[in-house]
Amino acid sequence: MLIDLAFKLPETFDIFHLGLAVIAVLLLIVTVLSKGKANSAGQGAADTPASEPTTQVEPAAAEAEKAVPEISKIKDAEPDSALQLLALLQREARFIDFVQEDLSSFSDEDVGATARIVHQGAKQTLQKYFELEEIRREEEESSLTIEQGFNAQEIKLTGNVSGDAPYRGVLVHRGWRAKDVRLPRTVEGHDSTILAPAEVEL
Amino acid sequence: MTEQMNKTDQTERVDEQGARYSVGIDLGTTHSVISYVDNESDELELMHEVLEVPQLTAAGQVETLSQLPSFIYRAHENELAGDTLALPWNDAPSALVGSLARTMGSKTPLRLVSSAKSWLCHGEVNCREPFLPLDAPEDVEKISPFQASKYYLEHIKAAWDYAHADYPLAEQDLVITIPASFDPAARELTVEAAREIGLDRVTLLEEPQAAVYSWIKQSGKNWRDQVSTGDIILVVDVGGGTTDLSLVAVVEEEGALELKRIAVGDHILLGGDNMDLALAYRLQVKLSETGKRLQPWQVLGLTHACRNAKEQMLSDPEIESVPVVVPSRGSKLMASTLKTELTREDVESTLLDGFFPMVEAHERPAKATRGALQTLGLQYATDAGITRHLAAFLGKHKEALNNLDGFDAQEGDFIRPTAILLNGGVLKSTLLANRVLGVINNWVTIAEGDSARLLDGMDLDLAVAKGASYYGNVRRGSGVRIRGGVASSYYVGVESAMPAVPGMPPQVQALCVAPFGMEEGVEADLAGHEFGLVVGEPVRFRFFGSNIRREDQVGALLDYWEPDHLEELPDIEVSLPADGDRNPGEIVPVKLSARVTEVGTLELEAISTNSDEHWKISFEVRQK
Repeated sequence: MLIDLAFKLPETFDIFHLGLAVIAVLLLIVTVLSKGKANSAGQGAADTPASEPTTQVEPAAAEAEKAVPEISKIKDAEPDSALQLLALLQREARFIDFVQEDLSSFSDEDVGATARIVHQGAKQTLQKYFELEEIRREEEESSLTIEQGFNAQEIKLTGNVSGDAPYRGVLVHRGWRAKDVRLPRTVEGHDSTILAPAEVEL
Repeated sequence: MTEQMNKTDQTERVDEQGARYSVGIDLGTTHSVISYVDNESDELELMHEVLEVPQLTAAGQVETLSQLPSFIYRAHENELAGDTLALPWNDAPSALVGSLARTMGSKTPLRLVSSAKSWLCHGEVNCREPFLPLDAPEDVEKISPFQASKYYLEHIKAAWDYAHADYPLAEQDLVITIPASFDPAARELTVEAAREIGLDRVTLLEEPQAAVYSWIKQSGKNWRDQVSTGDIILVVDVGGGTTDLSLVAVVEEEGALELKRIAVGDHILLGGDNMDLALAYRLQVKLSETGKRLQPWQVLGLTHACRNAKEQMLSDPEIESVPVVVPSRGSKLMASTLKTELTREDVESTLLDGFFPMVEAHERPAKATRGALQTLGLQYATDAGITRHLAAFLGKHKEALNNLDGFDAQEGDFIRPTAILLNGGVLKSTLLANRVLGVINNWVTIAEGDSARLLDGMDLDLAVAKGASYYGNVRRGSGVRIRGGVASSYYVGVESAMPAVPGMPPQVQALCVAPFGMEEGVEADLAGHEFGLVVGEPVRFRFFGSNIRREDQVGALLDYWEPDHLEELPDIEVSLPADGDRNPGEIVPVKLSARVTEVGTLELEAISTNSDEHWKISFEVRQK
């Protein structure tokens, strides 16, 4: 199934747009990853008592678990799919290579040429594994009315926020929603921390 | 259905009724697609669905894709760790098939099995001998082209059964498509590959015919308005690796329109992959002019990048050039990135002038000049000009209309199609489609005929698979069927009784055993010609096929023929085992008999003239 992504990037590129595209993807990763990290930290703490009983963290962690009843609404994210997405972006778009590279010594022309690889691959990856849609369809920078009972997760109000809905405002960004995520399934026991194996040619 | 009726059929077909789905498998040279229809739905609402095939796309990662690339990778034990090859239905599959096989093979080609299908109709190899990958080192476990087909079908079967546990593939009506140019042995190997993994209810269908079925299905009731009696439809199918041509005539039978396949082309190993390579080569030349020498991995990356750029440019006529970038393969991405661009001029001159040149109707493809030393390999087309192959095809079959009711024999040097049906991913491009139409209409106009029109509206990537599943449904009794029978006439070589002349090989005559267009269920007996079979010794016959001699009837004995009229096929062989009643060396008089099975294969038998015994004649004697 092909998804026609609404954000059609211009056919002719300039570095600015490429930069934007890359940064957008980067932000997505960072967001997912930071949740991942939080989670692995949490997991580490939870695992520690069983595997390494001598660790100092143990009593504190145990305490904390006792102190915080099960009703905590903060849940841990699974790092696996974040790692998987990173691996996919590296494979299809050389994403990690690009971001890890020190760009300061290269000309804009060189960066632009490479950004095409990253952009093309990242775009394919997004299209393949996510179905994205815009949350609002109105023209950006046009005014619109937000009715009462709107979903605050979908629409973020900024600026002169006061009074009750309906609100009158200007659409700054249409927003994105992942309608569907279809990441590949992984074989059990697969080490997801290997984002790209070292390659040796014989 | 009574049991007796079933027993009369030697192929042991299961009861036709009761299959829930008609499944069409487009078992392609570069990838396979599986489509199916629900037989219980109303004919008009028949919906095609495409089976999503789970496959490995990276070590330890399973994705479902609508295509299964036809590649097998014979991985080294140190290449992949433990369970990373597990599939949803099997933790340790016997072969690595699909996307991951192709990806790994692109970096380690010596372990990659590809184009197994094209080997099936290669005259000089035994398709049951393991010899693929061709140039692999000793420690690679080789497989036969036949085994490769089995692995592909096995993966497809498992994927189907995984998705439809209640309706196993073995119990569905199965149609497998093959190139129209497949010889009897290649057809038989395909059917047998399916049978050996438990798929008994299989029927074969020629790919260009499948495209026509797909077009009929998608035109609905209107197809009869779009063509009429006297139309000659040329099917041009340019796939990833092969080009397949067929002619289908629209005839009238008892007041209703019928379709009849009247000619098929030769097996041409030329397709979209050649075009990507040609573009990459062109860019390679451009780069080398600036002093850059490319390493093999860069050429590979360049080919890959060219494919993307080509597709972009062919789908949008506005784009003047697309940058082509090959990244360095190390983690320092910027270090040695290769940059160039593919311009519209590159694409047009390479694809249009190289593969679809404006040629005259009398032009013919250049023939391969065979060097004395030729390594064993696939016989790729020497001439890349698809339009020249087209000219040769239409010229060769100029007499295809003779003896066809409702058609006047055409004057001129080639048969003039009145409608053209294009198929295959390459021809999705309007640029290329218009060129094919333009070239043919140029010939037709010069010959003072009426321009051919394009029959369109098909999904060119899925047409063959969809047509195949629709055909499976049509076979149950509803809808129009294309008739055609065998695509060639077949002959056995008989040494003529002449005094031996020193230095001259004995003269060979060709005895027609199966006439052109022989249809399924018909049996042709060669009553007048008796042969002696020696018990305990395999007896070989030379075997010939001709896809242009339409008039020869069974028993016709040819003393002389134009060199390109008859093509020598691999020998056929029959052996009569010595058992209790017979002693080695005894001679049993037999006659030959040919039959087209319901499955779509040709069967040759030796029938004893003094008892009711018969022995199967095998086509698969390929080693010369």
